Amino acid sequence: MAETSSGPGRILVTVYAIFAVAACSRSAVQIATEFDHARLAYLLSAFAAVVYVVATVALTRRGPRWHRVAVAACATELAGVLAVGTASVLDQGAFPDQAVWSTYGSGYLFIPVVLPVLGLLWLRRTRAAMA
Amino acid sequence: MITGLEVATITVTLIVAVACLVQVLRDRPVGVGLLVGAGGCELALVAQAVAAVVKLIGGEQAGEPAVFVLYLIASVVVLPIGVWWTLGERSRWGSAVLGVAFLAAAMVVVRLGQVWASAGG
Repeated sequence: MAETSSGPGRILVTVYAIFAVAACSRSAVQIATEFDHARLAYLLSAFAAVVYVVATVALTRRGPRWHRVAVAACATELAGVLAVGTASVLDQGAFPDQAVWSTYGSGYLFIPVVLPVLGLLWLRRTRAAMA
Repeated sequence: MITGLEVATITVTLIVAVACLVQVLRDRPVGVGLLVGAGGCELALVAQAVAAVVKLIGGEQAGEPAVFVLYLIASVVVLPIGVWWTLGERSRWGSAVLGVAFLAAAMVVVRLGQVWASAGG
């Protein structure tokens, strides 16, 4: 039985859920109270929050379709954290305030860059078990 | 924030997080011991939240009130949700999940202290 939310996958879902809640509340507060301060960074944080929510939900669902959604969410997250991380290192002025993905998630113990890699590896393993 | 209570809360949550790690290494699911630990930590977290609310009502200011209140809510709900989520996984990974919940609780308390202190209160 290939369930993405059992065994080690349970931890994955836990960490994704924490990031979903943290990123959602943080970007909600930022956009509500100081949006003009750093629009790009806050919009990216909001986008990250949505990706985390999608990944969390997809990882807790069964079936090949949700599996594909989970892969897409993890891949988007990895691409996002690498792109935003690189951009924030090259042009620090564009990110005056720490966003979730700036400097590869250094404000979050680099979990944002490690998490999608673990997620994709785990999804590949559970897919092999499903086939 | 009451510094003593803050330090005590962080300490007990980290101790139980280590106990979770021990159970993971021993390949054990979440047992009564960890659940009692979770109950104890939750009591400390609730006590801290009540103390913080009393101080807020008393007129003391947190750095960013909205952020502080969100963290305060997170601090009391994270362990109950973690326990609920771990009960569906009767294996070592359940213990690992609970460990993550304790680490998250400790992080939230650290952030609570930082947000509170940013107002100089």
